[in-house]
Amino acid sequence: MYLTDDPIDARALVTRVMRPTDGAYVLFEGVVRNHHEGKAVQSIFYDAYRPMAEKEIDAIVRDILSRFPDVALTVVHRLGHLVVGDSSIAIVTASPHRAEAFAACRMAIDRIKETVPIWKKERGPDGEEWVGWQGRC
Amino acid sequence: MQSMKIRQLFFAVLRDIAGTDARDLALGDGTTAGQVWQSLREQYAKLRDYAQPPMIAVNESYAAPDTILRDGDELAFIPPVAGG
Repeated sequence: MYLTDDPIDARALVTRVMRPTDGAYVLFEGVVRNHHEGKAVQSIFYDAYRPMAEKEIDAIVRDILSRFPDVALTVVHRLGHLVVGDSSIAIVTASPHRAEAFAACRMAIDRIKETVPIWKKERGPDGEEWVGWQGRC
Repeated sequence: MQSMKIRQLFFAVLRDIAGTDARDLALGDGTTAGQVWQSLREQYAKLRDYAQPPMIAVNESYAAPDTILRDGDELAFIPPVAGG
């Protein structure tokens, strides 16, 4: 299960991933910020096509593990209402040496942002808007 | 002839526009996912400017607009994703 409705406990994720053979881990957290394209943001609602998002994240995780056989990896993405400062996603990669952990973590977040069916609606003093919809198609 | 039934799911902006999470659609044999998008555009004024469908998922996998739907399929249009 890669999706959660609860706050993310990044420390617990690191503990779950680390093996005695690992000499490094990389923890990436995506955090709700208070602005987007010049507009103030107070909170974000994250929506997902849950079963498909689970499958898409799993496919990405499996592909990255096949490219980086020495890496251990986990991902958690939070859904629902988040406020400024909350973590929306955490990715932990661990490996015997740091280079693979950095590379695998970077690849994981980049690919998750590209294809996983998760959406966010930003709310601020000017109203609310689904990110990416306006002006597309 | 409307001989098959599919389940259409709505997410994010499309759920707001349709006002529902899901609906059942009765369709004729050979109907493509892209054709369902065109009928959705005719139904909702807010979609009229969107001649090209967003990404399409059939049975929880990405699919092309010319994918022919089958009885019992689950269809979802995937607006631009914004995870992370």
